[in-house]
Amino acid sequence: MESNVLVVDDSAAIRKILQRVLRQTGMAIHTIHEAGDGQEALAVLTAHKIDLVLSDINMPKMDGLQLLASMKAAAQWRQIPVVMITTEGGETKVGEAVKLGAAGYVRKPFTADQIKEKLAGILEPALPL
Amino acid sequence: MNLNEIILKSITESTLQVFSTMLGVDIACGEAGVKAGMPESNEGVVSFIGVAGAWAGTGSVSCSPAMACRVCAEMLMCEASAVNEEVLDTVAELTNMIIGSVKTELEKHLGPLGLSIPTVVYGRNFKTKSAGNAEWVMVRFQWDDESMLVKLCLEPKEQAAHVMFHTSSTDSCALEV
Repeated sequence: MESNVLVVDDSAAIRKILQRVLRQTGMAIHTIHEAGDGQEALAVLTAHKIDLVLSDINMPKMDGLQLLASMKAAAQWRQIPVVMITTEGGETKVGEAVKLGAAGYVRKPFTADQIKEKLAGILEPALPL
Repeated sequence: MNLNEIILKSITESTLQVFSTMLGVDIACGEAGVKAGMPESNEGVVSFIGVAGAWAGTGSVSCSPAMACRVCAEMLMCEASAVNEEVLDTVAELTNMIIGSVKTELEKHLGPLGLSIPTVVYGRNFKTKSAGNAEWVMVRFQWDDESMLVKLCLEPKEQAAHVMFHTSSTDSCALEV
């Protein structure tokens, strides 16, 4: 079954890179939605069925930790895996994300292989043509 | 190793890693050193990101418009012939990743630090000045004919003056006194 992925980052550059990387992973992905902050992400989650969220932590308006907490507090979004993609390498924010229920995290800068490895087991591989 | 040497090493390693990982490019290190804070004229693309915590300051990346366009084209695999929103956004993210990695390294020595959202400026003959008297640790990088300057100034905040940088021959850490 093909999945719908939501990429949340205030950097359009990172969203574009993640779009490309996700398409290269060989995972069964139907649509990749984008949001520039946590508030926009909640609007996308309300409007679409999302199977996976990749989110930055440091963002204006609503950051990735607030988004994660909002999702885990809502019955309809609680089960959606959230992977944090962040420059935060310290224990504080990453540890908080894990405590809040993040499915994992990838540090920026990242390689396509690191993203693919993190998503294996979360998304299904695409069926061979 | 003193704090400036740690920052210098961290800037160098982080920048090389970001270029290698996100752009697939090996750039070369040029001049590096410490410079007292003073207003300086700029031209081209300059980005800033705030660092906050027991120690606070600013990280900065500056380069020519041509270098900014080249970074954008390589990182996003697209055409970029003039400085536009996409180019500025790419430089902002480049700054975020480089200074973010430096921040992560410095947290081992200085305790938890936070990062602001980056700001990017593009223009000619403008001056930049950071409030405070901190010295800038700077490293220049060379990508063929173009160069890029990465720098960071950091000083202890007054209310956290009891946290002093402590160093020994093998390791260093933030020391409460």
